[in-house]
Amino acid sequence: MEGADGMNEGTPLLGVDDLCLRRGAREVLCGVMLQVRRGELVALMGLSGAGKSTVLRAVAALEPFDRGAITVGDARLVPGPLPSVSALQPLRAQVGMVFQHHSLFEHLSAVNNVWLAPVHVQRVPQPEAERRALALLEELGVGHRARALPREISGGEAQRVAIARALAMDPPLLLMDEPTASLDPARRDELGETLRELTASGRTLLLTTHDDDFVRDYADRVAVLADGVVVEEGAPRQVLAQPTHPATIRLLQKKAQ
Amino acid sequence: MTRATRFGLIALLLVTPARQVWAQIPSPLVWGCDPEGGAPYVEADSADPSSLVGFEVDIANLVAAHLHRQPRFTFVAFSSINQSLRRGDFEVSFCGLEEITARRTGMTATIPYYQFRVVLTVRAADKDRFRSLADLRGRSVATLAATQSFELLKRAEPTYGITAVSYEDDVHPYEDLVLGRVDAVVLDNVVAGREQLRRGDVVAQPAVLEVGYYVGILAPANTALRDQIDGALLAAMKDGRLEVIFRKWGLWNDDQPALYARVLAERQMAPPGQAPQTRTSEGWQQAVRNYLPMLLTASVVTIGLSCASMALAVAVGILVATGRVYGRWPLRLALQAYVELTRGTPILLQLFVLYYGLASVIRLPAMFAAFLGLGLNYAAYESEIYRAALEAVSKGQLEAARTLGLSERQVLQLVRGPQAFRLALAPMTNDFVALLKDSSLVSVLTVVELTKQTQIFATNLGSWVVPGALCAALYLAMSLPLARLAGRLEQRWKAPTA
Repeated sequence: MEGADGMNEGTPLLGVDDLCLRRGAREVLCGVMLQVRRGELVALMGLSGAGKSTVLRAVAALEPFDRGAITVGDARLVPGPLPSVSALQPLRAQVGMVFQHHSLFEHLSAVNNVWLAPVHVQRVPQPEAERRALALLEELGVGHRARALPREISGGEAQRVAIARALAMDPPLLLMDEPTASLDPARRDELGETLRELTASGRTLLLTTHDDDFVRDYADRVAVLADGVVVEEGAPRQVLAQPTHPATIRLLQKKAQ
Repeated sequence: MTRATRFGLIALLLVTPARQVWAQIPSPLVWGCDPEGGAPYVEADSADPSSLVGFEVDIANLVAAHLHRQPRFTFVAFSSINQSLRRGDFEVSFCGLEEITARRTGMTATIPYYQFRVVLTVRAADKDRFRSLADLRGRSVATLAATQSFELLKRAEPTYGITAVSYEDDVHPYEDLVLGRVDAVVLDNVVAGREQLRRGDVVAQPAVLEVGYYVGILAPANTALRDQIDGALLAAMKDGRLEVIFRKWGLWNDDQPALYARVLAERQMAPPGQAPQTRTSEGWQQAVRNYLPMLLTASVVTIGLSCASMALAVAVGILVATGRVYGRWPLRLALQAYVELTRGTPILLQLFVLYYGLASVIRLPAMFAAFLGLGLNYAAYESEIYRAALEAVSKGQLEAARTLGLSERQVLQLVRGPQAFRLALAPMTNDFVALLKDSSLVSVLTVVELTKQTQIFATNLGSWVVPGALCAALYLAMSLPLARLAGRLEQRWKAPTA
């Protein structure tokens, strides 16, 4: 896998500063502060409806926000309506996203899903893009499903194809929305290993999850979101072993039930 | 005797005189015509639009009075007169009907009551240039479908190198003559005289191309009433009442006394009541052999026109749908207006407006107007299908494409469009089959396609059975493979589960 920029390990790649976002009268997020350093795997936890996915969507420039700022490398998002496609180019080049339901293009085969953007956005010649796409799928263990349509493959396989599709554009930052949601424990560990390899090669990951075991095993850091802000943040073993905020406690209780 | 039977008997006694009285009141003489043909045959009275005037009305009144019955008028489309008579919708039709056509279709005809002249009408400016059919080589000559004039033109086509164009009514040929879509009209002097008076810029040439006779027609079996009507007409010929009628309408000329003399003389020699001609089975087979190639040619017109119109509908439909999904509000509003206007008004009206209504601005050739009319009409329906399909593509798909850096245009071309197309395929096929059938409507623009050719066939044959079956078979041969193809494509691109 081609490494992302690993030169500045330890410096923040993603900075979310005082992010506020309203939907109608409801304040979904207000004052979210979060930093993710290069090569880090950060998990965003919180009760359902806490706004975890909204943070990811704001970083991916899918949701406009009302206050604060988001920086990814040298790209910066400011409040107000979403910028034009051309203005978003620097951000898009640095942020990849894997959706909870994968959102693979239903009319295209797995490999075609992966090479579509390199060919049409980066103007990579198609045979070259296809060769790379096949290699990526192979690396992620789904090379044998390259010619299958999304509806013909399992959820776990679809997730790997979706990861390959995002990685094909070689973004330094990869966002993953609930990647553990529909995986059994064995598949979950496979995913964890894959993500660990990604961070080892310099990729930066921000994901949302409800799975505290997964967070303990694989995340470098965890941030807990409640009432529209990050209420607790730190190393998983510490935050999840001695939760201080009521929301974190409820989150872990809920899991235990 | 039980009480019930006694009661029944009394009731019968009470009813019997009433029934006898009823039997003495004659039933009305129901006659039919198409008032669209207008003056001087049958038209709504300008002073009282609920009543009718015309020489056919006077003749129907004259006949009804002779039979001591009340005349009652029934509306019928000109091209359906024979079928309606056979169905028994009315008893007799007086409608400028030609003897030669009545005989050929096996209907029962009365004695002729008017001799007409088939004449050539041209624009006043061409009066000296186009004196006869021979002067019209390479040009289009219009007439009314299923008439003696149409047959005359068909026979003249190879001889004079003209093209016969048939119309559904007898007004539009003259309109198109004035507009320059055709260079002459061949029709009865009765119509030609009316149009010459009405327009002023057309002239009927004096030469008589052929003569023909107006008759009343009845169902094949109804010879008894025919004989009664003949009696009424003969009496009116003798005592001059027919002459009064035709003089009143300015149609009396020297041809009529000669006709009446001949008819009266023939009647004295041969008693009435010859059986009408009927078709033998060889005649049927011959007719099918004669017409099948024409039906096949007409099918090619139908399929060609339908494919071209559908292509236009798809192209325009995609543009309209894209505009309605992605455009700014003024564009969206304009496109919505187009869709609502097109879907909310009859396609027949749109075809008329396009062909005749716009003629003062732009003179579209008939086939092109048909292509445009069908295509633009169906474009409105297609655009709604595509719009719904575009909106049915899940938001997740679009967001995934955006996060990959695809521009909105690329998202549409590479992700949204192809998926929407798969969703739209089934309703599109339905629409194509519907368009294939709706293409029959363009016969009002003088385009001879499958249904029109069948109608001509049926009118000549005097029956819809064989032509109808052949026509249906040809339509099915075109639409069934399409339905199968669509089914297969749909299977292949089956909408994903979840």
